[in-house]
Amino acid sequence: MPLTALDIYKILPKTNCGECGFPTCLAFAMQLATKKAAIDACPYASDDAKATLAGAAAPPIRLVTIGPQDCSIGIGKETVLFRHEETFYHPPPIAVRVTTDRPPEDLREALARVRALEFERVGQALRVEIVALEDAAGEPERFAAAATSAAEAGFVLMLMSETPAVLDAAAARMRQDRPLLYAATEDNWQAVAQVAKTHKCPLAVRGRNLVALADLTARIAAQGVTDLVLDSGARDHAATLQGLTQIRRLALRKMFRPLGYPALAFVTARHPLDQVMQGTAYIGKYAALLVTGELEPWQALALVTARQNIYTDPQKPIQVEAGIHTVGTPDEASPVLVTTNFSLTYFTVEGDAEASRAPAWIVVVNTEGQSVMTAWAADKFNAETIAKAIQESGIADRVTHRRAVIPGGVAAISGKLEDLSGWQILVGPRESAGLPAFLRAQWKQAGVAA
Amino acid sequence: MSLELVKETWPGKIFTITIGATAAEGGTRARTVTLGGHGALPFLPGDAPSPHPPLVAMEVMDVVPPDWPEHLRAPLADVLASPADWARKCVEDCGADLVCLRLQAPHPEWKDASPDEAAATVRAVLQAVPVPLIILGCGHADKDNEVWPRVTEAARGERCLVGMAVPENYKTLVVACLADGHNVLAEAPIDVNIQKQLNILITEMGLSADRIVLHPGNASLGYGLEYEYSIMERIRLAGLQGDRMLSQPMLAVVGEEAWKAKEARLPEGAMPAWGAEALRGPAWEAATAAAFLQAGADMVVLVHPETAATVRRTITELTKGSAA
Repeated sequence: MPLTALDIYKILPKTNCGECGFPTCLAFAMQLATKKAAIDACPYASDDAKATLAGAAAPPIRLVTIGPQDCSIGIGKETVLFRHEETFYHPPPIAVRVTTDRPPEDLREALARVRALEFERVGQALRVEIVALEDAAGEPERFAAAATSAAEAGFVLMLMSETPAVLDAAAARMRQDRPLLYAATEDNWQAVAQVAKTHKCPLAVRGRNLVALADLTARIAAQGVTDLVLDSGARDHAATLQGLTQIRRLALRKMFRPLGYPALAFVTARHPLDQVMQGTAYIGKYAALLVTGELEPWQALALVTARQNIYTDPQKPIQVEAGIHTVGTPDEASPVLVTTNFSLTYFTVEGDAEASRAPAWIVVVNTEGQSVMTAWAADKFNAETIAKAIQESGIADRVTHRRAVIPGGVAAISGKLEDLSGWQILVGPRESAGLPAFLRAQWKQAGVAA
Repeated sequence: MSLELVKETWPGKIFTITIGATAAEGGTRARTVTLGGHGALPFLPGDAPSPHPPLVAMEVMDVVPPDWPEHLRAPLADVLASPADWARKCVEDCGADLVCLRLQAPHPEWKDASPDEAAATVRAVLQAVPVPLIILGCGHADKDNEVWPRVTEAARGERCLVGMAVPENYKTLVVACLADGHNVLAEAPIDVNIQKQLNILITEMGLSADRIVLHPGNASLGYGLEYEYSIMERIRLAGLQGDRMLSQPMLAVVGEEAWKAKEARLPEGAMPAWGAEALRGPAWEAATAAAFLQAGADMVVLVHPETAATVRRTITELTKGSAA
């Protein structure tokens, strides 16, 4: 809970010296509680009081970074329960579990399979970021060697063992790599917290339930280890979602500090398709880190795409690249369609062009992610910008005709665009759903007329 | 340490809608389905119990798009030519709660089938399966308006869910559904305000607000999913806050959209990094469904039998748990 004026008053000097500019310490406390004054205004405030107030001002969910400085991943620090209220900020990295009780060659192959889970969508590189090395044998040496080779291969690491000595052996060898240690539990928390403290690593904490978890994090934080990641201990789909939801609500609505950390979720379903569904649900509902078994490429592709979608800022639409796009395998006689670079507009046009079952070229104009009518109103989709886009795209080298289709909504600019571009401009349908019919009728007719 | 969980209570409640009618209710369905009735966001029984878990509907078409990929065609190959057989397979083999019959053939650019032919298809499917029907038009406004009255008449008393009523074309459908005792599926793509306005217009024609199901978008994973996801969340939140014109259950047409994605279609040879072609489509459909179920979908319409199976398992997992 946020501090009340009375809470703050109790930690002030209570001298009513007035040097802060307010007549009494209580008056000052009331200003502090509503954030209208800063504690620095009091020359006599103790360090404890300052720390307490700084703590109260800290974000409700702590930002925790994992991995070496030059490629670290930040998780947590979310501010809302629903993405439309603001946005979700830190996409959950995916950690693929790899056991270390296997020959080195096997391990290398497993790492190579994880490395291959890399894709590009809408101009963004998407990948599986973390390898979660799992100590199955309780052997510090073997585990540390595996961790070292995985770190050298460029992975951000999560190190999984219940044995403090095993975690210590690995963490000691990789001080710059800041692996996430998993996990402190009721049985081992003192020793594991010490390992995390010694090697300055973020630490995952697993509780039997939320109460036990909050109790553990409070004790661990009191030892000075505060880069924590939560594991509610739930493993089935429903309970995991309920746990993640409660953690997010308690942190945001109640400022409940013991659970004010990013929370991870384990994908535990057995069937590969069920795993995709579980992972997608956790991405939407509050997992800050997704731990999975080994993933097939098609599973990873679906999960990173879901993550990209959910973590898209609702205020900043995703854009497709300006220039020439293709539908099917168009040739020099195929139609040329013009649209904007707002991804939803583009994909609608693309889908409807595909529905016409004839190949086509699409020239995408950079409208800074605005849709046709919005961009037209903002003067970003006009005769000048379209003429320029047609010219710069090089579409004239791909087709022998000189006819382009513009959206029906901007029919008014067709004359000017013909003058500027030298192309014959056909006014297409207002809604791209009309494209198949348009391409069958008007486009063909224009071809005959020419 | 004491810990009080944050329980969210809401003033509003989502309408409860039954689709299908038994003989006693004037229809011929052996079973009906009921959806909605929620007093909380999905899968959070600790806030309020949700009496009706989400349902799996499977799509059946009277004409199959010629560009359907092989991996979608194969598991249905023996039934694609017959909507009745297709529907039977969905119910008997895949355990579909409902059949979603899309009457695409009447579209002038498809087969330009007559309203009578469409009505015959509806009758055949009704006869083939014991479950309730969702019936979708072809999306060509003029043709839909010719077809709908014949189709609703052919299914009179069966309490189907018929759509899509869209802002530009809803009157004929609503009149037909009022006359023949059906529910209306109302579509307003990705816009809360237009959805609400459409619902108001429909209720002003005399169809009560608890006979409408919402279809708030046509997105799939990677292709606008986030818009539909957030619109569904906003609609559900508005409904729970007590807005009766946004308190309807929601439906997501998942299969149709997901299988349009490149990721579901491109052969492995073209995209080796994407992995097994046969599983990408079901995965695309499944992930889309998973997201929309979290956003509040009460029904998902699927195409591939494997997807129907995974969605069914997942819904079971999601609804068996007790409160956190």
